[in-house]
Amino acid sequence: MQSAAASYVSLADLKTSHNVLATPAEVPAHAGCGTSGGEGKASCGTSDGPDDMPADVWNKVKNHPCYSEEAHHHYARMHVAVAPACNIQCNYCNRKYDCSNESRPGVVSQKLTPEQAVKKVVAVASEIPQMTVLGIAGPGDSLASPKKTFETFRMLQEQAPDIKLCLSTNGLALPGLVDEICKYNIDHVTITINMVDPEVGAKIYPWIFWDHKRITGVEAATILHQQQMLGLEMLTARGVLTKINSVLIPGINDEHLIEVNREVKKRGAFLHNIMPLISEAEHGTVFGLTGQRGPTAQELKAVQDACMGGANLMRHCRQCRADAVGLLGEDRSEEFTLDKIEEMEVVYDLDRRRSYQDRVEAERQAQHAAKVEALAATQGAGAADDIKVLVAVATTGGGRVNQHFGHADEFQIFEVSAGEALFVGHRRVDLYCQGGYGEDEQLPSIVNAINDCHAVLVSKIGACPRDELKTAGIEPVDSYVDEFIEKAALSWFADYTGRVARGETEHKVRGDASIRQGAFTAVA
Amino acid sequence: MSLKIIADLCTGCSACEPECPNEAISEKKSTFIINPDKCTECEGDYDTPQCVAVCPVDHCILPLAA
Repeated sequence: MQSAAASYVSLADLKTSHNVLATPAEVPAHAGCGTSGGEGKASCGTSDGPDDMPADVWNKVKNHPCYSEEAHHHYARMHVAVAPACNIQCNYCNRKYDCSNESRPGVVSQKLTPEQAVKKVVAVASEIPQMTVLGIAGPGDSLASPKKTFETFRMLQEQAPDIKLCLSTNGLALPGLVDEICKYNIDHVTITINMVDPEVGAKIYPWIFWDHKRITGVEAATILHQQQMLGLEMLTARGVLTKINSVLIPGINDEHLIEVNREVKKRGAFLHNIMPLISEAEHGTVFGLTGQRGPTAQELKAVQDACMGGANLMRHCRQCRADAVGLLGEDRSEEFTLDKIEEMEVVYDLDRRRSYQDRVEAERQAQHAAKVEALAATQGAGAADDIKVLVAVATTGGGRVNQHFGHADEFQIFEVSAGEALFVGHRRVDLYCQGGYGEDEQLPSIVNAINDCHAVLVSKIGACPRDELKTAGIEPVDSYVDEFIEKAALSWFADYTGRVARGETEHKVRGDASIRQGAFTAVA
Repeated sequence: MSLKIIADLCTGCSACEPECPNEAISEKKSTFIINPDKCTECEGDYDTPQCVAVCPVDHCILPLAA
């Protein structure tokens, strides 16, 4: 564990060195919904609903796919790349790389002017009525080009007043722009915070551009850290919901992120999203070139688990592109290139959007109620047992086990123990079934991606992958078709522990799994 | 005296444009160029040329005809 406390800049230091804080950074009662959630509640990024937080907070997150795990199955978001300039350099980022087949944060294929961006947003909102959130998320830093960012928000508020606005930033320029952020009713801000110890920061950030100078090393990281903490406090004081993104870099900030989690929670962060480093030599990033590896699935989970009880964790992040369009996990940006938008007849029909969203909301509530009912029936069924396993699930949505193994491009991962099935993340895989035939070459990579799981719940699975999975020690399960995932997982678990108790199955500890590099692209 | 942006290296990120005290930088075909008649290499304004300090790509901005 890093000794972050020694070099940590205290709140008091920040306040004396900056007079910009108009009001003391009191943490509002609602901040950090884990504190208001029920006993043992893991995270509002997973499944917290209206019962777990005050009504005003619920209204802010209920249709924001990044802030509510449940919402992300129903509501879509889009990003527009209007602010490509950046004021810092990160070792996991390479600004030269831009390829439409490649997907990770910061990558886009088309830069937009604010006018083009607004046109695109209005076109997408008309075509996809469940698109409720517009974010400015790079490439670059949204607040390094405040004019372009806020001009986009201003125009959008006039033309599409129902769309939620959000932005993400490294935080360097944040304190000076909090007033502007509040002026445009931006009630969701993501800050990327990878450290609270400048010694750690110096290994992640080679330089910052600050006060007309390029500053390097610990001095640079110290300034960045102070600005990040001050900006977070100011947003909290104004009631803006914040999500903290942290890139997990093995050997550099892995254990340190527990300290980060503690510090951001203290300052009122609503959600904490711990993401794996994406690092390949061909990306041309410093980390890619030095061979800095990303974490394994279990390394990522270990840090996330260690942070439970701190700031709430977001577990459903797909690390999308900075110009992604659609539901998380899908990208429809190819349908909305500038050329295509030019040809579209766009009518912004607010009433149509509202009535569509009402239907989405009704469907979502029905699903939620059915799930609660199904789960209540399962409660107490599990015998007291200390076994805890991971289960992979193939689903097309609706919270049910309803996807063919070969059609899954990602699996939802649940941690199952007696009486509880907890969503802990996603694993992206390459499609096994392509054009009706199973691709046997893909199978080992799928096994690698879910190798830490004891079972995979699917609606159907072919004979060949079934055997391969069994050989690898993963049980293929197709007997819970269309059941709610948690219920299916708990039922399978009861069956499994029963078999273990009767000596029919030997319970073994699973190995680690690898995280597929890169997020979802439209054309895989 | 003036600086020059190597077009092949420029990512078109626009970070340099607003930093120039002489408004010498403008966009041309998705990358940026420096007007040599306006560029002073920031002499008299700053200790170091601002565009060089903010540019994310090493060796992208160099002295003209050096």
